[in-house]
Amino acid sequence: MKRKWNASVGLGLALVLAGIVSYPLFFIRYPTLRDFPWVNLPVMALGLVLVGVGIARAFRRPDLYRGKIFGSILGALALALAGFFCYEIFVMARQLPVSHRAPQVGQRAPDFTLPDSRNSPVNLSGVVNSPFAPDGAIGPAIGANQTAGVLLIFYRGYW
Amino acid sequence: MDAPADSEKLRASQGYTFPILSDAQDEVIRRWDLVHPHGGIGGADIARPAEFLIDSSGKIRWVNLTEDFIVRARPEQVLQVFDGMNFEGRSGP
Repeated sequence: MKRKWNASVGLGLALVLAGIVSYPLFFIRYPTLRDFPWVNLPVMALGLVLVGVGIARAFRRPDLYRGKIFGSILGALALALAGFFCYEIFVMARQLPVSHRAPQVGQRAPDFTLPDSRNSPVNLSGVVNSPFAPDGAIGPAIGANQTAGVLLIFYRGYW
Repeated sequence: MDAPADSEKLRASQGYTFPILSDAQDEVIRRWDLVHPHGGIGGADIARPAEFLIDSSGKIRWVNLTEDFIVRARPEQVLQVFDGMNFEGRSGP
């Protein structure tokens, strides 16, 4: 009797891979699913279960199923990939400095001047009461009884 | 981190209407203690994510220093803070 190819292992590995790549490509766009990989983790867990089922039956019924060797190799690969994903999301992403000396609520924002994307210098204290025009240019200061303020966001870059 | 030209490409492609400033020499993130040492590609020093709401007098009214760079302040969260803020006794229109 011809032995079966044990598709469960390959399908499981494919699910683990899909669970990983769909995070940066798709789920990262949705804040709730980005902040915690609610979809990706179950998909990867299901993939690992399928791989486990495939390996188990390859060892229990080697007369019926292939996969003792390739199943073990793909299983180790699936586990390593899932581990890498979890390490990046739950460990690496949390390796941020505490920033004890960062400006705090109530303090004056330390002033600075930096170039904008068209190389025009932008001065923080100069823009806190100037609205921004829709094209990103900085408009004239608005009236004294109006207020503006600034939301200053620091990004990691690599856009 | 990124050069102004890179930011301009992003701004133009996404249609952002806010200015994107470039701290290529890490000068401001050092002064504001927002450096993530070796956090960048090839071990470069980059900024940790951070958000500050500054009022028109230059005073900081709200700070968000996330402990997880995947989790950032969401727009609705910032707007809620903004709504709850009374800028020197005058609220906006």
